[in-house]
Amino acid sequence: MSSHTTCAAAATTAVDLTKVKPYGDTMNDGMIQLSFTLPVPYGEEANEAAKILAKKMGLDEPAVVFSKDMVGFTYFVMYGKCQHTVDYTTIKVTKVEVDVMDRLECEKYIAENIKRDVVIVGACSGTDAHTVGIDAIMNMKGFHGHFGLERYHGIQAINMGSQVPNEVLIAKAIETNADAILVSQIVTQKDVHISNLTNLVELMEAEGIRDKVILVCGGPRISHEIAQELGYDAGFGAHTYAEDVASFVLTEIVKRKLI
Amino acid sequence: MKSKLNLDPKVIDSARSSAARIAESMQTFIDRHTTVSTERTVLRLLGVDGVDDVDTPLPNVVVDAIEDGGGLPRGVAYWIGNAMVQTGFNPQTIAEKMAAGELDLMKLPMASPAEAEAKILPLVKDALDKIMAQTEKRNNYLATIGEGKKPYLYVIVATGNIYEDIIQAQAAGRQGADIIAVIRTTAQSLLDYVPYGPTTEGFGGTYATQENFRLMRKALDEVGEEVGRYIRLCNYSSGLCMPEIAAMGAIERLDVMLNDALYGILFRDINMQRTLVDQYFSRIIIGYCGIIFNSGEDNYLTTDDAYEAAHTVLASQFINEQFAVIANIKEEQMGLGHAFEMEPDIENGFLYELAQAIMAKEIFPKAPLKYMPPTKYMTGNIFKGHIQDALFNMIAVWSGQSLQLLGMLTEAIHTPHLQDRMLSIENAKYIFNNARAIGDEVEYKHDGIIQKRAQFVLAEADKLLREIEKEGLFSTIEKGKFGGVKRPRDGGKGLAGVCVKDDTYFNPFITLMLGGAK
Repeated sequence: MSSHTTCAAAATTAVDLTKVKPYGDTMNDGMIQLSFTLPVPYGEEANEAAKILAKKMGLDEPAVVFSKDMVGFTYFVMYGKCQHTVDYTTIKVTKVEVDVMDRLECEKYIAENIKRDVVIVGACSGTDAHTVGIDAIMNMKGFHGHFGLERYHGIQAINMGSQVPNEVLIAKAIETNADAILVSQIVTQKDVHISNLTNLVELMEAEGIRDKVILVCGGPRISHEIAQELGYDAGFGAHTYAEDVASFVLTEIVKRKLI
Repeated sequence: MKSKLNLDPKVIDSARSSAARIAESMQTFIDRHTTVSTERTVLRLLGVDGVDDVDTPLPNVVVDAIEDGGGLPRGVAYWIGNAMVQTGFNPQTIAEKMAAGELDLMKLPMASPAEAEAKILPLVKDALDKIMAQTEKRNNYLATIGEGKKPYLYVIVATGNIYEDIIQAQAAGRQGADIIAVIRTTAQSLLDYVPYGPTTEGFGGTYATQENFRLMRKALDEVGEEVGRYIRLCNYSSGLCMPEIAAMGAIERLDVMLNDALYGILFRDINMQRTLVDQYFSRIIIGYCGIIFNSGEDNYLTTDDAYEAAHTVLASQFINEQFAVIANIKEEQMGLGHAFEMEPDIENGFLYELAQAIMAKEIFPKAPLKYMPPTKYMTGNIFKGHIQDALFNMIAVWSGQSLQLLGMLTEAIHTPHLQDRMLSIENAKYIFNNARAIGDEVEYKHDGIIQKRAQFVLAEADKLLREIEKEGLFSTIEKGKFGGVKRPRDGGKGLAGVCVKDDTYFNPFITLMLGGAK
């Protein structure tokens, strides 16, 4: 291969960040894979319907690579070339802004900056019965090799478990003089988590403790942006470990002078 | 049969005997008590149904009135029998008149217990006949249209709307599902009543009501006849209304019910005294009508570590087995639970899972084991998730599991969509067919990783059971030995609904069902 062609090939691999498209195997090919079901009987007409739909979604050259009869429904696997682009340079995402400390650094931070035990109360509140999230953050064992808050020297972690009414969670926070409340929400069907999270904020305001406690929510469908909209100090999504939450809570205690 | 895992039969016997003594010692406590839900179950079996003008179910209206009048220690069977003697009304009319404020059971003249029992006995026998007719209908379906091969493909629907559930369940049946479970709405387990009628609003699931049971049963019978394969229906006999829902399941011909002696205590914070008394009657009903119960040991592994806590699963299976023996449940109806929940990054994790699954099958050879899919380490990467489910399916067919709750590639994202269920059925069918006889063909290296793992878990389970026997089940739970969850003896929900029986208490259903009445 001559140096000339190498150079030309290199030129076409450059990304234009103002016009980003999906990448299959060639820059800007726009390749997207998708799968879905239509409530129509299996057959040629079903495939055609899927292709028309994909075109309306902005996919050129839509191809049904697989379809399956589900008796009255048809399942499709498709590819198509996306015609839309995104200006990556103008994107702003709200994230929890904190330098994450590991467990030992958190313990040192408490000893040096807070100089007392930090009390953190957590629960899966409302009707939610799934404790996997709150357990991963709070229980001694933690998750995926990341120890939970119970393991941290200087943190008194109280995991109240599942289906804890918001009133009971708040009463516990008041009773233990908690620095922070962690609330986990896994079930999001029909947005039940939104109304429950909102209710917790309202109750804390009514009790007059909203400003005195750092309020954090988490769950696979939770983002920091949603959390802030609902009146929380932070929200953590999937792939969060105890040290992420601890780092935020500890630095926030110091920042807000809640020592 | 020779153990391929070289398990020591003496250790198995020791563990089983400890579990039997644990269950027996609890039984003396159980026999002295009844609960509000046990008593409401008697009413449901006697045909009391419907709600009052503020939607309180009539079984609750009656039991609450008897409890308020201090009559619960004698049992509702007496009070209803007595009211029939005194008024000539049937139980439903008695309940309706109580709801309308026209009848106070506590103010009627009192017949002798023998007279009251004799009066309701024909109704009890009618109820048992109706249940037996449903059991016979199931047997007839199995004999005529047949059933799928084991492991049964077990899928869930959970739309919140029974009519939407029916569409999804029928589609799943046509795609090859053998068992459909309708997931219950979040928090129903904590309601101390069973809602009434068809329901269309639920979170993460659909209310378990008798009408919803009936509608789904009918829908599955339709599809079963269409595809030539009986499709089993599963729901939850758990929570504060455990025995009532077992009765509804018996009446509406459910085939599988989740029912665990310890689950509600650990994972729903239901009072331990309440659950242990409730599970007794619920299991008698389940045993009587041929329902397969599913115990919930798999849940321990979502809160505790699947590698380190494996022996707690086995210990709990032994305990659930022995409670079932006391309730006269056949081994063929014991769907003891376990799960594929080890961290995927563990080296040789597949071998450990395999060892534990085969161990369960060797120890409970006739029990239709319920095997639960990976959930804890499902990430949202649906492609990897599909492979995790494939490994799980591989172990199931290899170790001879019976009730295979299919893993969904979209676990940790949403309740299953139509296509998720289709893909998971396809995954399981492919693997089950492709590796059908692998379990018969393969033996394990003497003292290799697989044998040693199984022997270790069994030895640990035996040790734990001996500790529990010494300490008592209540204190073991108080110390957090199961699922890493601690529960106080007098804590949790539903304790107020537990009541000491008096000398004249009778529950005719328990006697007749245990006796296997026809």
